[in-house]
Amino acid sequence: MTDPNQHEAHEAIVPMPGGQGADPGSLQPVTRVEDDLEGATTDKSYSQGQLVLRRFLRHRAAMISLAVLVFVTVLAFTSIGVGPIPGWWTYNYLQPVEVVNGGRPTLSLWPFSIGEHPFGQDTIGRDWFAMVMRGTQRSLIIAFVVGIVSTLVGTAVGALAGYYRGWVEALLMRMTDLLIVIPLLALAAALGQISGGRNIFVLALVLGLVTWTGLARLVRGEILSLREREFVSAARAVGTSPARIIVKHILPNTLGTIIVAATLSIASAILLETSLSYLGFGVKPPDTSLGLLISDYQNAFTSRPWLFWWPGIFILGIALAVNFIGDGLRDAFDPRQNRKKD
Amino acid sequence: MTVTTDAGTTPSDDRVLSFDGLDVRFTTEFGSVHAVKGISLDVRPGEVVALVGESGSGKSVTSMTALGLLPKNARVGGNVEVAGKSVGSLDSRGLRRLRGNDVAMVFQEPMTALNPVLTIGLQMSEALELHGIAYGRAALDRAVELLRMVGIPEPERRIKQYPHELSGGQRQRVVIALAISCNPRVIIADEPTTALDVTVQADILDLLRSLKDQLDTGILLITHNMGVVADMADRVAVMFKGEIVERGTVDEVLNRPQHPYTRRLLEAVPHLGRGPGQFGTSRHAADSVDLVGAPALEVKNVVIEYHRTGKPPFRAVDDVSFEVRQGEVVGLVGESGSGKSTLGRAALGLIEPAAGEISLFGERFTGMSAKASKRLRRRIGVIFQDPAASLNPRLPIGDVISEPMIVHGVGDRRSRQKTVYELLDAVHLPRSVFNRYPHELSSGQRQRVSVARALTLEPELLVADEPTSALDVSVQASVLAMFTELQERYRFACLFVSHDLAVVDLLAHRVVVLRDGKIVEHGDREQVLQHPREEYTQRLLAAAPVPEPGEQRRRREERHRLLESLGDEVTALQVDPQREHGPLDDSTRE
Repeated sequence: MTDPNQHEAHEAIVPMPGGQGADPGSLQPVTRVEDDLEGATTDKSYSQGQLVLRRFLRHRAAMISLAVLVFVTVLAFTSIGVGPIPGWWTYNYLQPVEVVNGGRPTLSLWPFSIGEHPFGQDTIGRDWFAMVMRGTQRSLIIAFVVGIVSTLVGTAVGALAGYYRGWVEALLMRMTDLLIVIPLLALAAALGQISGGRNIFVLALVLGLVTWTGLARLVRGEILSLREREFVSAARAVGTSPARIIVKHILPNTLGTIIVAATLSIASAILLETSLSYLGFGVKPPDTSLGLLISDYQNAFTSRPWLFWWPGIFILGIALAVNFIGDGLRDAFDPRQNRKKD
Repeated sequence: MTVTTDAGTTPSDDRVLSFDGLDVRFTTEFGSVHAVKGISLDVRPGEVVALVGESGSGKSVTSMTALGLLPKNARVGGNVEVAGKSVGSLDSRGLRRLRGNDVAMVFQEPMTALNPVLTIGLQMSEALELHGIAYGRAALDRAVELLRMVGIPEPERRIKQYPHELSGGQRQRVVIALAISCNPRVIIADEPTTALDVTVQADILDLLRSLKDQLDTGILLITHNMGVVADMADRVAVMFKGEIVERGTVDEVLNRPQHPYTRRLLEAVPHLGRGPGQFGTSRHAADSVDLVGAPALEVKNVVIEYHRTGKPPFRAVDDVSFEVRQGEVVGLVGESGSGKSTLGRAALGLIEPAAGEISLFGERFTGMSAKASKRLRRRIGVIFQDPAASLNPRLPIGDVISEPMIVHGVGDRRSRQKTVYELLDAVHLPRSVFNRYPHELSSGQRQRVSVARALTLEPELLVADEPTSALDVSVQASVLAMFTELQERYRFACLFVSHDLAVVDLLAHRVVVLRDGKIVEHGDREQVLQHPREEYTQRLLAAAPVPEPGEQRRRREERHRLLESLGDEVTALQVDPQREHGPLDDSTRE
């Protein structure tokens, strides 16, 4: 039972930027007092979304990361093209060409010139820039499909378990626990071996289906507390159906958690795909991915270091960028995370 | 008792606490907020100065400066002196010595003011040891003595207990015992009774009164409750938006207010015993009540239990029966833990009764098909206590109000919008709030939105669970006036759950008094609130303070007589005879 008085007269130590409209020193006539009391909304107020956007735009690391990610994505997809659509880059990732400059990168920063093969060529003369771009394309696709699939599954499982409780929760959460106790890499490798190699989307889907567990737990926790809130009781009292309560009333309030977890799962999906391909269970040649590129040429590290460095830099760049964006979103949704220690 | 030396106190200056031109600004994400605008205020020994104001007026910020407890983003101007020491000039060590020795604080919520994982004894002896008053065994003995002083029975047993094992009133007594443990010159009591039930509030106020009389302590009482002011204060300062707009003796301010804000504040306080007709509401008679048809709500021998693991279930409502006729407002009154909110939720079909039956318009939720229960829910509306919690923060106001229509498939987009605009007009909100979010509105406006949402489908029964207790008095008054106006217009039946007798007196046709899940008294408003038959109702009524000092003094004495006739003691500080200065108030003498 709630104490009738406990919400009464909360005295905020730091008043919020509302109701500060009156200028000091004016002894107000009654009407003025009334205005001040009841018109306590101010001209200067922000909606939840605006506040979040504002804080996100001010997060420098996140903004730089966003620019990097957009640049990498645009570069990867326009340079060598997607499917039948050709890109602006002369070479493709399959055809070996005449080796120039011993296969070393022709990119030079001062004086700036791209040269024939900016990232160099591999042992049989394929253009390394085209291959890295192809690998980046594949890795990005896998990362985002995994991010979306795992977020959808995780949110659905968490929401159902958290809202219905009882046997639904027991069943779903034990299933989650079961997935958590199996080592992720082993599970992904086994499933990837069965399904992957032929179609990259199937591989991504499978990876998505084994990485939703963390989000499911997070969402369930949030919903357990939200379902007891009065606005949910109010919705139930009106006769709102459970589906509508979950989708319309509860989930929008967990959006912060979900978005943050989704970005972080994208970053970890890139790394998971990389490790899988490195181990030989992910993308199969002649197609390629960043992880596969590194694994194929790990022995060439001493003789042809660029074959290792370029895909490595792209993996690092994408993973860091997505992680920083996730950080920025988390700070934007939850200002408390951002506060320095008092 | 050890009296600490008050170094630096000039004997000629008898002020124990003084604010001189105090000015506080906070730098926030959105720029600077001017919370306190150059106020001056003094507190003398043995005197209670009440600082009155509504939320956001800066009264708590003012009190925090006396303890040097403001957050880092505050800039403090002016001078604050406690027992002759300027707070601003002290380093952190000096501040720590100041807190407790010279000035102590009694907080609003005793549950959060005490550490839940430490025993009462440990927390009290810690305070004594930190200030070098007593150590070890002696500190514990002193703690027992202090608890006995504030009227806690069996203090030897209590010091071994944890805060959650004590009742709310006893916890607040512990906080007061902590506050007086180092014999401070001045006590700042920040809403000391707001979180307490009205009978407990009266006891705590009695205790504070005897404390200042016997220990000659100055008290700065911060409150929004005019009844508490009338009961306790010698002098009053009214604060509004960071400024003191009026000051004077309690009689001057409460009986002859000069400033329009003070007048408005006082007019907004509902007076127990005046009944309907306050705030320009009409004196609606019982003629709107439909005595013929099926009652809107019928509660018959209802038992509601909460299951606890490893323990027998907790019986929150025990064999309760009453009914709400169509068009009638029934006030469900009780203190915290009486089961009144549980009953309200059960009436909405949110909780299943363990036994007995609840029927709405002759129909019952139990065993009803989902479709039929949805149809029944169309006829009821609900208003909850906390407007911040009962509105979905992610939905704009227009969607909040039209949500019930969407759920029940009423009308199309345009007609829904039209209805929302009509409802906004009805609850006196500008139409421009349609696209605003709940956090952009003040709490009074939010509660108006809840009322509008409750009325969207023109319900025949409204369940209102403490709809005004989270609001400031002036906002409460306007919400209540609007509520009675709407009730006359729509003629809905209403189960009005409240702990505030004055509010119920203003609205209800009939009153049900609940205690520990059982009905104590039940009858017409006038009969229950003016000629109560039951002892418990009499106690409740006697404990409710009224905002007029003379009348309140009379009521207080009456209450003390009532307590004596019922064989209870009047709460007072129990001080050793050799220390006693002789209580000024006759009623506190044993």
